[in-house]
Amino acid sequence: MVAEIVLEIPPRLDYLAIVRLVVATAAALDPPLPESRLDDLRLAVTEACSNAIKAHRPEAADEPVVIACHLDDDLFRVDIHDRGPGFDPDALASLPEASDPRRLQHESGLGIPLIKVLTDDVTFRPGAGGTVVSMTLKRPPAPPI
Amino acid sequence: MDLEIADTQRDGWTVVRPSGEVDVATAPALRDRLGEVADDGAARLVIDLEDVDFIDSTGLGVLVGAVRRARTSEGDVRLICTNPRILKVFEATGLHEVFTIGATFDEAVAGEG
Repeated sequence: MVAEIVLEIPPRLDYLAIVRLVVATAAALDPPLPESRLDDLRLAVTEACSNAIKAHRPEAADEPVVIACHLDDDLFRVDIHDRGPGFDPDALASLPEASDPRRLQHESGLGIPLIKVLTDDVTFRPGAGGTVVSMTLKRPPAPPI
Repeated sequence: MDLEIADTQRDGWTVVRPSGEVDVATAPALRDRLGEVADDGAARLVIDLEDVDFIDSTGLGVLVGAVRRARTSEGDVRLICTNPRILKVFEATGLHEVFTIGATFDEAVAGEG
């Protein structure tokens, strides 16, 4: 079975808690992601959606950030569309190692690395109208009928 | 969603206890409270995360900033956390190597007079 659940929010950070709730509820549909993977999804979606809201161009403030969840038999994918200028995730500077005292100089820069660790696959598709971040997690096999 | 933040004194440490979800929307409140505590002269902080059920990279950044400030003042920040959901985020980012994390207050401040 294939299903799609689409959520549109204003580009405001105080909507992130709702996004987490809706996306995790969608991913808990049968066959549900295991609880630990739901935690991964909540955090990855928060990071990607937070980036999308911050990147949203001021002149597009009336346009929503769109969060689309796609469910099929094997995969749960969530696409987050913003109206920002786009970016190159591979161009981001890496952080010093945790054992390096200089690590304490960096309070940001963990969002994209976290998304990469927490999801089974992630793609960033910058375009003229904005960026689409697609994150995929594998669903467990459906129980036999 | 609001983040509630309480603080108390214990054995020479200031214990700050946020309750709720620490994300990019609520983390500024925690940053402000930790800044106020530091401005009041507290360089030895315990941040009790037992009532925190979600933390994102901005929340982690606030904790990193608190450690930097405290160590600059020859103090430190220790964490109390037993929630596997939160501990996993520290491990995924390598920040469990930056913080001393204990299951209890005594464990978190062990080794300090």
